[in-house]
Amino acid sequence: MPSFTFTLNGKGTTVDAHAGMPLLWVLRDTLGLTGTKFGCGKGLCGSCTVHIDGEAARSCITPIENVTGASVLTIEGLSLNRIHPVQRAWIQDEVPQCGYCQSGQIMTAVALLKKHPKPTDAEIDESMGNNLCRCGTYQRIRRAIHRASAEGGVR
Amino acid sequence: MKQPFDPERREFFKVTSIAGAGFLLGFHLPWGRRLAAFAQSRPTTFAPNAWLRIDGDGTVAVTVAKSEMGQGTRTALPMILAEELDADWSNVKIEQALADKKYGDMQTGGSASVRTSWEVLRTAGATARAMLVSAAAIRWGVPEASCRTEKSSVIHIPTGRKLGYGELAGDAANLPVPAKVALKDPKDFKIVGKRIPRVDTPSKVDGSAQFGIDVRIPGMLYAAVAQCPVFGGSAKSFDEKQAAAVPGVKRVIRISSGIAVVADSTWTAFQGRDALQITWDEGPNAHLSSDDIRKMFVEASGKSGVVAVNEGDCESALAKASKRIDAVYELPFLAHATMEPMNCVADVKKDRCEIWAPTQDPQAFQKKACEMTGLHEENVVVHTTLLGGGFGRRTETDTLAQAVEVSKAMDAPVKLTWSREDDMTQDMYRPASYHLLSGGLDGSGRLVAFKHRIVTPSINESKWPGSTKNGLDDDAVEGAVHLPYSIPNFRVEYVMANTPVPVLWWRSVYASQNVFAVESFMDELAHAAGKDPLEFRKTLVTGMPRMRKAMDLAAAKAGWGTPLPTGHARGIALSPPSFFQTPVVQIAEVSVGTDRRIRLHRIVCGLDCGIVVNPDTVEAQIEGGFVYGVTAALKGKITVKDGRVAEKNFDDYPLLTMDEMPFVETVIVGSGEPPTGTGEPGLPAAAPAVANAVFAASGQRLRILPLKLS
Repeated sequence: MPSFTFTLNGKGTTVDAHAGMPLLWVLRDTLGLTGTKFGCGKGLCGSCTVHIDGEAARSCITPIENVTGASVLTIEGLSLNRIHPVQRAWIQDEVPQCGYCQSGQIMTAVALLKKHPKPTDAEIDESMGNNLCRCGTYQRIRRAIHRASAEGGVR
Repeated sequence: MKQPFDPERREFFKVTSIAGAGFLLGFHLPWGRRLAAFAQSRPTTFAPNAWLRIDGDGTVAVTVAKSEMGQGTRTALPMILAEELDADWSNVKIEQALADKKYGDMQTGGSASVRTSWEVLRTAGATARAMLVSAAAIRWGVPEASCRTEKSSVIHIPTGRKLGYGELAGDAANLPVPAKVALKDPKDFKIVGKRIPRVDTPSKVDGSAQFGIDVRIPGMLYAAVAQCPVFGGSAKSFDEKQAAAVPGVKRVIRISSGIAVVADSTWTAFQGRDALQITWDEGPNAHLSSDDIRKMFVEASGKSGVVAVNEGDCESALAKASKRIDAVYELPFLAHATMEPMNCVADVKKDRCEIWAPTQDPQAFQKKACEMTGLHEENVVVHTTLLGGGFGRRTETDTLAQAVEVSKAMDAPVKLTWSREDDMTQDMYRPASYHLLSGGLDGSGRLVAFKHRIVTPSINESKWPGSTKNGLDDDAVEGAVHLPYSIPNFRVEYVMANTPVPVLWWRSVYASQNVFAVESFMDELAHAAGKDPLEFRKTLVTGMPRMRKAMDLAAAKAGWGTPLPTGHARGIALSPPSFFQTPVVQIAEVSVGTDRRIRLHRIVCGLDCGIVVNPDTVEAQIEGGFVYGVTAALKGKITVKDGRVAEKNFDDYPLLTMDEMPFVETVIVGSGEPPTGTGEPGLPAAAPAVANAVFAASGQRLRILPLKLS
């Protein structure tokens, strides 16, 4: 099995993995970081969203080779004790229901706020429009993004 | 001091001292015949619905026997108990129950968790509180009446002395259980009715929440299963060479539901599964299509069905009506599409079997695992994890059976995971349905006759063949009977039309179809009568004051009748109390553009769910129910082609997205009635409210779901 080296949540990481294995499964099954979720396997639902070099990316369609040398941030690395403004807003607005899609929603929202610290509703629609939630938490996600923005969502 | 003691109650309450330090109270649910049967055989097997444990350090541990699938049950149920106990909420700890018949029926569904636990958990909390008060009163040598409770402490009112529940736990454990306890007046509630933060939220924003798919056991292998894509088919033969050659694949095993591939990760198991060369025996349904099913429904609709309701004389009233209208409504099969794909972890050993699963029915899992392993239930441990959505799908044991079979064959713990494609094509679907409706208006435009013939498969008959009587599945007419309207001549018929497509409960079950047909047709009747759809309904809602109040509140909030921007219009629909017992009214504001797209702007939902345990959770459930319902209204369709499901992933079975989400406002009537369901009630009226608004905006009456403008 080839090995791959990248930065994961701020720490240098070397992992043995099958060539072509998506980052999602390396995170979940090889490294045991299960906060990043499998939803569709085709980049359609956004549950697997992580940051690669600061950009939101779908880990289920990102082969491990592609992150060699890159910096990967997952939900587990977003903050210690849930102090990131987006996490705080998510708690404040009671966003999650089943919660399964929320790691991906939060990672996408964090990336959005980096680009647009004061996002309009249209910008929220555009950035978040490909993250599916079957429980229907969309209006709370919108509210929480605005709240995080007001409270300094960029970190 | 001697407490009144009723020996009969003894069977229902058992107090145990835990190492002298804590006090454990089992609550036993008087649940009808099942309980009576238990009572006659072995009182000790009486099923407690929840467990309360107070530790010496003052921790109040409440065991939740229902599954948390997003509806907030891990918060709401303990709130009820903590209220009557006067517990300090910050010291309440929640424990998820292992599958065990002592908890009564653990299945989560029917919007039933709060409403069926309400009395039991209140009584349980109040009983424990009374015993703690007794313990303190004895310790101080004072009358109980001179004591009060607050935040997990007993306080002696005249002197202000105070003892924590933890300090009293040991004493309380040795006291007899009072036969009768007083429950609080709801006006004194301190926890129930408050927006208590959900206990599971923190873990759901930092990735630590553990769903079934996240379970990891030392030595665990990963499995995927290839199942015949055609309903009722099976594997004739297979060649495993290419699968076995995939790096990471450990073994290929034939199991009863298909061919399993076991590997060192979920991904390699999927890769191996995809590399299998399988010749399927497609069986008798190889050519089945949605068109065939529709033809069968149309033909079946020509038969007069089994009568579910017959009031007055519908036929002659229709014949005499000044105006008669007839319409046909059609709805497709739908998939559940929980965000967490189906999965199960099983560790089967010779003498013990352990299961971790996101299940709505841990006891069904236990029973099935017992049957498959030959082990006694004491040795079959079922852990209920968090569920990444349930919606009815996770009441089934299909993935459990697969995981147990593979774990047994491998003699190792196995995590079995379905891909999204497996999930979509191997679901058990919300039944398709076909509705014939006829209505008659008198000269003044009043509704005098309403006839509804429902053609749809029977879920009960498919789950338990022979369980329906005389061709009537009572569930199949849910939402079509017990209407909020007083109609002198009212008839509902059911024609059972079973198909090879497997069917199952889907959030709000048959109310999801019937309410669309009934409420869209009511709108047609209102327009035929030349009346405002709200006013038309109001004159008919004469025997259901709770519905009437919800209508008035929602109409006021939505500004019914007030001007809207050009191209916008409102529609209204009611959802009868149904099995979840909650009357709901929804008012949708939509617009229809020149692109023929339906845009949702604002939804107002009025409901009376009795006493509200947690208003935030109720609002969330209404928002969620609406989204689930409107997704079906605008997008949902499962198509059968060549005996298999054509839709495979979210590109061809799309869900509502952020940019399409309207603003949903919930208006809770807040009556003092006991709590009723909220998980499903937000769903049934969503589609007809939107369809009726689309008619108001475009003049097009859309009678087929998903809605499509011409």
